[in-house]
Amino acid sequence: MVSRVTDDYERMALAGCQAVCEPAFWAGFDRSAAAGFSDYFSQLTEHEPRRAAKFGLKHFCWLCINSKEAEDVKLAEEVIALIPPLLDRPNVLGIGEIGLNKNSRNEMRVLEMQVELAARHEQLILVHTPHLEDKLKGTKLILSVLKNDRRIKPERVIIDHVEEHTVELVLDTGMWAGMTLYPETKCTPARAIDILERYGSERLWLNSACDWGASDPLAVPKTALEMKRRGHLAGAIEKVVFENPKRFLSQSGHFQLGESW
Amino acid sequence: MGLEVDEGRGIVIVMTRQQVLDLYFLDARHKLIEIAAFLDRVERANGPGGSPGHDDDFRLKAFRAAIGELAPEKKEKAKNVLLVFSDKSTEPIEKAPGKGAVGAWLVDG
Repeated sequence: MVSRVTDDYERMALAGCQAVCEPAFWAGFDRSAAAGFSDYFSQLTEHEPRRAAKFGLKHFCWLCINSKEAEDVKLAEEVIALIPPLLDRPNVLGIGEIGLNKNSRNEMRVLEMQVELAARHEQLILVHTPHLEDKLKGTKLILSVLKNDRRIKPERVIIDHVEEHTVELVLDTGMWAGMTLYPETKCTPARAIDILERYGSERLWLNSACDWGASDPLAVPKTALEMKRRGHLAGAIEKVVFENPKRFLSQSGHFQLGESW
Repeated sequence: MGLEVDEGRGIVIVMTRQQVLDLYFLDARHKLIEIAAFLDRVERANGPGGSPGHDDDFRLKAFRAAIGELAPEKKEKAKNVLLVFSDKSTEPIEKAPGKGAVGAWLVDG
């Protein structure tokens, strides 16, 4: 996890996590050239797996140019051109997290380019939906792009950061929905469990935000504990925090977990 | 716990109302007082948007509209609060004005 200290890998391993799935995302600042992304992709596919392996954690990643840097279409084209040769690297799961940030025309164009990339190379897709007031509109725009491309199989797409006002829109398409656990925005553990109780766990799963802002790599284990406090059965908890992500991610031939310890 | 299983939608656990209150009341009470204190703080402060009826800051206007979704007879409170704060337009904007979001959209009226 490029934005986290090594101690976080250790804490995740101690909490029982078996793997980390890290999307390509914003660095907290705009990179000035495609070469910056080339280095970043090397970090995601070479360096971070070694760092995680020191604690028995498997490390997987997604590749893309994120929507916060998608206003510059020329830069996006250069970055997207870097990706195809990297898709065979053993920890790459697919294209992500693509999506929208402020719902602009250029962001839409870059989203379409990356959906095309995923379709052409038969890759899984991880989608970031916008923050706060932009989420509802952005989710609708993203779903329209994905539904309009007949090559995209809904069961091979996860739409992330859903909340109460977007989860149904996503599940109705047949795509997976991810609930990102965050201390201040997106979902808290209690709200995520409310959504699970309301909509069922067939195509829903949880992820811990682990980025530059206030976030908690142990948010998923803490949500499992919260489910236990509410009286959820062990099998139901296991399904949400482990079996569901495994079922989705195993559609990528690269996703293989080692022996647990 | 009051366990109900719905095979069609996966496992659904439903706590009794008593159990929900026992587990979450103090936390919700704490958050409600924080909201009340926030409104007191805003209304004490000088400048526009400081009192009911003079909410010319769109965020405060949206906030008060969202509180209206908490009335006992309203359903799906969390979903509808989120909808109050959401941009309801449907077309992409010409150019991103920046990267951040502020948490509210302009409410008509």
